[in-house]
Amino acid sequence: QNKSSISGKLIDESGQPLPGAYIGIMGSSTGTNSDANGNYKLTGIANGSVTLQVKFIGYKDLQRTINLIGDFVANFVMQPESTALTEVVVIGYGSQQKKDHTGSISTVNAKDFQKGSITTPEQLISGKMAGVNVVSNGGSPGSGSVIRIRGGASLSASNDPLIVIDGVPLSNDVIAGAANPLNLINPNDIATFTVLKDAAATAIYGSRASNGVVLITTKKGEEGKPKINFSSQLSVYEVGKKLDVLTAEEFRTYVNTNGNDAQKAMLGSTSTNWQNEVYQTAIGADNNLSIAGSWKQMPYRLSGGYLSQKGVLVTDKLNRSTVALNLSPSFLDKHLKVDLNLKGAFSNTRFANQSAIGAAAAFDPTQSVNVTNQYGNYFEWTTTANGVTTLNPNASRNPVGLLQMKADESKVQRSYGNIQLDYQMPFVAGLRANLNLGYDVSKGEGTVFVPAEAAQSYAVGGVNNEYKQKVNNKVGEFYLNYAKDFKSIKSTINATAGYGYYDFLTTKYLYASHKANGDVVSGSEPSFPFDKPQARLISYYGRFIYSYDSKYTLAGSLRNDGSSKYAPENRWGLFPSLAFTWRINQENFLKSSKSISDLKLRLSYGSTGQQDGIPYYSYLPVYSYSVAAASYQFGNTFYQMSSPAAYDSSIKWEQTDTYNAGIDYGFADNRITGAVDVYYKKTKDLLNNIPIAPGSNFTNEIITNVGNVENKGVEFSINAAAIRNKTTNWDLGFNITYNDNKITNLTAIDNPDYAGAPTGAITGGTGNKIQINSVNYPTNSFYVYKQIYQDGKPVEGLYEDLSGDGVINEKDLYRYKSSNPKVIMGFNTQFTHKKWSVSAVLRANIGNYMYNNLAAGLGVKNNILNPVGYLGNSTTEIYRSNFINNQYQSDYYLQNASFLRMDNLGLTYNVGHVLGADKTANLRINANCQNVFVVTKYNGQDPEIYTGIDNNFYPRPKTFVLGVNLDF
Amino acid sequence: CSNDLNLTPTNATTADAAYANAQGYKQVLAKVYGSYAVTGNEGPDAASGDVKGIDQGTSDFMRMFWSVQELSTEEAAIVWNDPGVQDFHVMNWSSGNVMLLGLYSRSLYQITVCNEFLRESTDEKLASRKITGTDADEIRYYRAEARFLRAFQYWVLMDLFGSPSFVTENDPIGKFTPPQIKRAELFGYIESELKAIEPLLKAPKQNEYGRVDQAGAWALLARMYLNSEVYLGAGKGKFNDAVTYAQKVIASSYSLNPAYKNLFLGDNDKNNPETILAIAYDGVNSQNWGGTTYLINAAVSGAMNPPEFGIPSGGWSGIRSTKNLPLLFPDYSGNTDKRAIFFGSNIEMNDLLVYTDGLAVGKFSNITSTNQTPPSPNGQYASTDFPLFRLAEIYLTYAEAVKRGATNGSEATALQYLNQLRSRAFGNASGNISSYTLDYILDERGRELYWEGFRRSDLVRFNKFTSDAYVWPWKGGVKDGKGVEAYRVLYPIPSSVLVSNPAMEQNTGY
Repeated sequence: QNKSSISGKLIDESGQPLPGAYIGIMGSSTGTNSDANGNYKLTGIANGSVTLQVKFIGYKDLQRTINLIGDFVANFVMQPESTALTEVVVIGYGSQQKKDHTGSISTVNAKDFQKGSITTPEQLISGKMAGVNVVSNGGSPGSGSVIRIRGGASLSASNDPLIVIDGVPLSNDVIAGAANPLNLINPNDIATFTVLKDAAATAIYGSRASNGVVLITTKKGEEGKPKINFSSQLSVYEVGKKLDVLTAEEFRTYVNTNGNDAQKAMLGSTSTNWQNEVYQTAIGADNNLSIAGSWKQMPYRLSGGYLSQKGVLVTDKLNRSTVALNLSPSFLDKHLKVDLNLKGAFSNTRFANQSAIGAAAAFDPTQSVNVTNQYGNYFEWTTTANGVTTLNPNASRNPVGLLQMKADESKVQRSYGNIQLDYQMPFVAGLRANLNLGYDVSKGEGTVFVPAEAAQSYAVGGVNNEYKQKVNNKVGEFYLNYAKDFKSIKSTINATAGYGYYDFLTTKYLYASHKANGDVVSGSEPSFPFDKPQARLISYYGRFIYSYDSKYTLAGSLRNDGSSKYAPENRWGLFPSLAFTWRINQENFLKSSKSISDLKLRLSYGSTGQQDGIPYYSYLPVYSYSVAAASYQFGNTFYQMSSPAAYDSSIKWEQTDTYNAGIDYGFADNRITGAVDVYYKKTKDLLNNIPIAPGSNFTNEIITNVGNVENKGVEFSINAAAIRNKTTNWDLGFNITYNDNKITNLTAIDNPDYAGAPTGAITGGTGNKIQINSVNYPTNSFYVYKQIYQDGKPVEGLYEDLSGDGVINEKDLYRYKSSNPKVIMGFNTQFTHKKWSVSAVLRANIGNYMYNNLAAGLGVKNNILNPVGYLGNSTTEIYRSNFINNQYQSDYYLQNASFLRMDNLGLTYNVGHVLGADKTANLRINANCQNVFVVTKYNGQDPEIYTGIDNNFYPRPKTFVLGVNLDF
Repeated sequence: CSNDLNLTPTNATTADAAYANAQGYKQVLAKVYGSYAVTGNEGPDAASGDVKGIDQGTSDFMRMFWSVQELSTEEAAIVWNDPGVQDFHVMNWSSGNVMLLGLYSRSLYQITVCNEFLRESTDEKLASRKITGTDADEIRYYRAEARFLRAFQYWVLMDLFGSPSFVTENDPIGKFTPPQIKRAELFGYIESELKAIEPLLKAPKQNEYGRVDQAGAWALLARMYLNSEVYLGAGKGKFNDAVTYAQKVIASSYSLNPAYKNLFLGDNDKNNPETILAIAYDGVNSQNWGGTTYLINAAVSGAMNPPEFGIPSGGWSGIRSTKNLPLLFPDYSGNTDKRAIFFGSNIEMNDLLVYTDGLAVGKFSNITSTNQTPPSPNGQYASTDFPLFRLAEIYLTYAEAVKRGATNGSEATALQYLNQLRSRAFGNASGNISSYTLDYILDERGRELYWEGFRRSDLVRFNKFTSDAYVWPWKGGVKDGKGVEAYRVLYPIPSSVLVSNPAMEQNTGY
């Protein structure tokens, strides 16, 4: 009698029924989903005042409070979210409505992430944002990526962005035993990725923000009854492209034509495709289960994931289990909001011996994989003298032996999380206090075992080593925020002031090396049981945002950071920013415009710092002891050396000034939206590894604050909803970034004769480098000899005498192109028709050059017909150059590696409601192909290798994924 | 909270703690010496060593010194493509050469470490650290030895680069620009230092193995005086001084090692009466990819039976000789003059980059005199010590100085010394001589001292380094050899030194 029912129908803006929308009573777990005809019914509701809440993805939430006195009919008309304008975006220390924010910010939500087999979170946004370049390090399971936001601002220090998860800034420290620290974060737990690009957005992170900031929020609990999601993916990985090396037949012909009798006699009698021997078709599975809802007014989300993936390189394997918990209860009449995030991950990895990749290209294809011998029965090149057989020290080792006879296994545990308490002060309206305590702890340990008979470690009697490392990072932050709307003067203010304390502690356990039989390798005993490098950062920060009449916004922020890495007099750095925004479409002359729905001008300036990659104690004059293997003999005793370390007492922050001008636009009721930005970034006091006068310190190169780098660029993005109706949706997105990078100064004293700092180590010889950082050129410019050609063929060893002094030496090297792309583009589209959906992501780079190290190393006669007792394979490059000896520094091996790649092609079928009596479960089936094709003129392994040096590169597999997704 | 920002490393310490007691001083002394024997504190495979801008394994003092002294001559040529190494044999190096930068930096690095030790070992510092008595006396010897090593490295810089940067213990660490010192002035400085420490060093053979004694200072003085015309200018030779200091060494308790080959084997730190000072290497305790590990492995190929050289897993097929070296011996088979230790069958060098073109040199080996292989964790690190000064050189210096006009020695005595070397080489008197010329001395130095890091200096002194009066295969980049610019008798000041130090002026020609 005092309970009633509520029923009704949900329709969309065009009057069509909306199935699957959630409707429930606020503050209770009572709720249901609309049926196929949009109807719903809630029964057994206590009479009285109740608030109904309706939610449907892509539509604005609705609420209606009714005074229930009997069965009631409530129909709702839902309005689609007029795209992003009302969306709230996270910014540093808070959030803001998208229409109001002043900085250059890009956000990607879960529904727009890259699909398919994604094991590491940064891959979710590859190609999705202007100005953000995500390049995976290769195809190994869980391997990481290089993330560059608007080009790199640094030369010797780090160019990695700061990553902040749920408000907790992470350190970029490696975790021993993990291919990549980010792969301990389950991509399935991530709700949004927000990238802060200009200084107006990043400067609040001060000294860690020069390379941009990536804010990751993870999925949270929701009010309402429990929702369970189960997803399962099965993936198949295949090597798409193998290297173009000589086949056994071609090889035999080459040796028989060009070799001497001894070399011909070395030919084997079989034919082995070594690349087929080291690569496999691999399988992976990724299963995730989550439950989210509300328990006694406490929203929660609990999820678990299990990933098991093999690599295309034989023996490569990653298993990962993750668990995540979020609780976000409110107390004190919702004045105190608590947000608790706890994440845990365990991974077991076996790392394949990646030197097998290069060895497979270089190994004689006429030899068998297995023979009977003392090296585990893998064929190896040996020499025999006086009846003693020894491994030929100059030859490649058997690629299959390299893989099968090395067990490199690790176990990593990581847990990170935070508790955030946000308290709305009772007596001052608009004043909040926020306390955020976070931690990130991990333990990585592993073993490397190579049996004594394995050729790869025959000399040292095998390997049986262990390692262990612990990371214990802590974060504490507190801020006060005051936000108030002064309607009478059409003004709003939003002010924040805070304090942060960050502690980074790593414990590296030090072990002796062991032979396979467990004997200690002499000379390897550590002098200390462990090392505990530690760094701290203390920060004060503030931000003030003032808006007038919803049209003009002026924002400023200031951060003062203190770091333990610097001497007390240089320890503190001040990082300000200032930004102005004009919402032009709010002016009267545009307010009524039908075509222009959003137009906003953003102008900003800011200064940020960078200190990642700087040694922890480099300002301190210290003495340290050498390892046992670096002792010196006096008499019959060996003394470990005690030596003064180089130091720079004046080392301080690197500082980047960023100017940004941007326009956010929206046309046709925001069916078309996007942004254009131009930026200019100038880094000064570059933390640069420069030569110092020998004799002035305990080394001849030091990381110190000298040098300037400029990055200038334009970004453009456009997103369009080309078709949007009840049965069909078609969305398209495109972004393009042009970035021009130039070094403007490198030395304390200007000297035009200084060539620059060599970089880009290559394989071949000892210590060869192929790139240089020089003033007036882009970073990582190639530094090569200019090849002379005759009849279209390169002439071996003949280069242009660019210095004109009659000899060819280092002075004739010239700078030619860079590995940095000038233009990066991303395109994505999704077409949905009724239950079917097709999506695609394409990316392109223009102007990136690649050094084909493999061709330079293998494609010469003396590599096949080696004079010291073995044969080696070559790429088919050998037919083109006909070089006899290696010519590593010829520009002949540089190629334009511009490319167009289809990252992803996906198909989804929404089966609809299945299972159970009331068919409440919703099933989707999806199929994806990743790394579908690459269009490029570059003829090496892959045109997209961040360093610009193609050698021993783990191929990115072509991946086929079949997945199911069940919601109930 | 700001005090929370004062953090210190776990396993490192302050200078005061490092020098707290006599043992601490000795461990820093190990660095003072060790900085020319190993490439860094963290072992040979660490990410970086003491000297930057060059591969750590290559940044070893002896590997670089040997390369610029030997690869630039008829004694050695290399097949590798490592940065800049090909420049030496074809004689087209520039100021951008990485190895020259590495060597210049290594020498000044050791000098800087010596300077630091001198700052920290003054009588006042010892007193303040309460180190007294025999401990303090021993540390005063260390001080003299640090000054010797500093003088030795200044000699290296003076010989190769002419007028290098100059720093002493009176200069600070950090923002400081070392001035350039003129070659002749540096000669005077080294001379005065060596004479000043003469009474402060231990008497010949009274020091521990690996550490220098008075004979080391005399030997370096003799070497400098022999080359004095090169350093000071024609007509400014100090050959009487060369004889004086050669005689001091000869009169001391050093004597020839009866077996020539034992001077260059894995146990040459034992029972070796001849070597005055050597860089001590050890396959276990002083691991290094340079030093004799380099010299032996690079000289041997996998096809030459590496275990016979005490490097069971080694043999890198890198360096070998041009025909001029074996042809210094009338019979280079080794059957008559046992100093000729060559391998291979192809004396001609048709391709500069093919290891088997030219004879391999087996003079240095890691095997011991009793045919044992010293311990090494990887079958490659060598334990053979590299002689910096040995008595045979002093004999040759005496003879040459007399021939160059010294009046305080005699050719008769010189012949005695030369024939002692000949008798050892031949095993009997059949190779003995009754007279000699200056050119004979150059050839005999080649036969006796080849691959020991002397050749470039010797050819410069005899005006045969750059000129076309004497050529060898691939000198000047052509197969038959040709002369090159005369300014190449000096190496250029590395360009990055000019950049970092505006006080430096480049050598003529570069």
